[in-house]
Amino acid sequence: MKQIPLNNNKSLGKRIFRQRYLLFMALPAVVWMIVFNYIPMYGIIIAFKQYRIIKPISAAPWVGLAHFKELFSEGDFAMVMKNTLGMGFLRLFVGFPLPILFALFLNELGNIRFKKAVQTISYLPHFLSWVVLGGIMMNWLGDVGIFNEILLKLGIIDKARFFLAEPESFWGIVVISDIWKELGWGAIIYLAAMAGISPALYEAATVDGANRWHKMLHITLPSIMPTISILLILAISGILTTNFDQILVLRNAANQTASDVIDIFVYRVGFRMNRFSYAQAISLFKSVVALILLLGANQFSKKTQGHSLF
Amino acid sequence: MKLQSKKIDAFTIIITIIMVLICFATIYPIWYTIVLSFNDAADAQLGGIYWWPREFSLESYSTVLTDDSILSSFIMSLIRTVVGTVTHVFFTAMTAYAFSKKKLIGRNFFLAIGTFTMFFNGGLIPFYLLLKNINLLNTFLVFIIPTMFNFFHLIIFTSFFKGVPESLEESAMIDGAHELRTFVQIILPLSMPVIATIALFQGVWHWNDFFWGIIFVNDEVLQPIATFLYRMIAESSSSQMKMNMPGGFTATAVNSQSIKLATMVIATAPIVFVYPFMQKYFVKGIMIGSVKG
Repeated sequence: MKQIPLNNNKSLGKRIFRQRYLLFMALPAVVWMIVFNYIPMYGIIIAFKQYRIIKPISAAPWVGLAHFKELFSEGDFAMVMKNTLGMGFLRLFVGFPLPILFALFLNELGNIRFKKAVQTISYLPHFLSWVVLGGIMMNWLGDVGIFNEILLKLGIIDKARFFLAEPESFWGIVVISDIWKELGWGAIIYLAAMAGISPALYEAATVDGANRWHKMLHITLPSIMPTISILLILAISGILTTNFDQILVLRNAANQTASDVIDIFVYRVGFRMNRFSYAQAISLFKSVVALILLLGANQFSKKTQGHSLF
Repeated sequence: MKLQSKKIDAFTIIITIIMVLICFATIYPIWYTIVLSFNDAADAQLGGIYWWPREFSLESYSTVLTDDSILSSFIMSLIRTVVGTVTHVFFTAMTAYAFSKKKLIGRNFFLAIGTFTMFFNGGLIPFYLLLKNINLLNTFLVFIIPTMFNFFHLIIFTSFFKGVPESLEESAMIDGAHELRTFVQIILPLSMPVIATIALFQGVWHWNDFFWGIIFVNDEVLQPIATFLYRMIAESSSSQMKMNMPGGFTATAVNSQSIKLATMVIATAPIVFVYPFMQKYFVKGIMIGSVKG
């Protein structure tokens, strides 16, 4: 746009006319983005106001940082942050590397048909709803569920437990079920990157006497490093983003001390308790931290690895 | 050389065993759920069923399939998924085609505001307030209009369109077709792999989503099947906790458990049926998307 000189209005008009169909195709989405992405950004200001749902945002009185002060001084915030970060780091340290390992091992399989079958099966859970999965888990982990049945038979426990009602089991249940659902799907992008590695590299390594381990460590892994870096940047910036659907399904009154995370807190306090401004304060806190983490991780990766998102 | 191939075999065997175990761990919970849903409800509570129904029964299914509110939410989900997916794919693809043309006035600006939306948003509450202000809450269109466009999907479309030979478009232009016509008649028919990929992503999201059904609509007629299932499960979860206390099971609890299982199977069936047909496309689609990063 900047290359159009101001005194050239006529030719801009002409260009617009010539592109009328193209603009007709492009502009509705621009309007859509302004309405559904940018107007809500204006709504962020309710975090600094005392907003009530019955009046428009502009009529609400300013309260400055009062909601943030209340938030940071309240015990709830410490609990919510502990749960969010606890599950976030577990996901990062356990959930992030596993699909890479899965892809590396799958790539070593020679039998194409078996490989395809494993892929087909392992992608499937990604397409199931968390409601259905939550239902399955309640069935498995319930007091007459298969889990208790097996543990009782093996003598590991002597009394049936209702695992989903125990706060101390909750993080583990969330992380393991998330891995169960996303392991295969998480590997798909690495497998795509591996498919692009030139076979000549492996042939040359074989001539030089490299075994499978050598090839995996010195050819395959370095080749998917750019993909790993990019996904790691996104994973780090998403550390405060929990899987909302998953936790909404699995949470209950008994495990609340372990299941209250930022996203759930926003929903619970905002919609159930009608404290929109207060809930928006924590939501804004999260968005800003995520943006800072994204820019920081991106910068770090650019300096050390040479790979970055932008 | 011989020694090496022996080593490779041991390695292959270990990986194969790990893969078989992973596949078993993936399939078995789903299989177990299906088996239980086909077993007699009271008998299932005794436990000990692992591989096959012990007392085969279709009662749960006949209860579910004759329940008006389950049927109506199933149909609601079908309509929402079809309409939502078709409008999303067409609108996002059309925009992607326009955005992929370098000559488009304001292109860099449009791409910049789009990219920003991928990394920052107002959050749930401002979004809810917007939908309230434009009177979309509690309407069918709340499932369609706010989900019509997705900038990440636009990027996947754009990378695909870059691979379409320009000569095809040029010949259409010489014949006097404008861009909209070229897009509909030439580009879309050539873009089936990417259309199938995005349609699968969006269709699965629409079908599986239950949160929009909780938060943006109240009307029971507008309730999708996933939301219906969520309410069913949330209810039984709280009653299960109460049942931890002495007093044991009631007949309704046993019944609701098997109905829950049957509803879960029915709510998942459409995805499982569509999945094998779509699989060959989405692997390709992911590849196209990942090239661009």
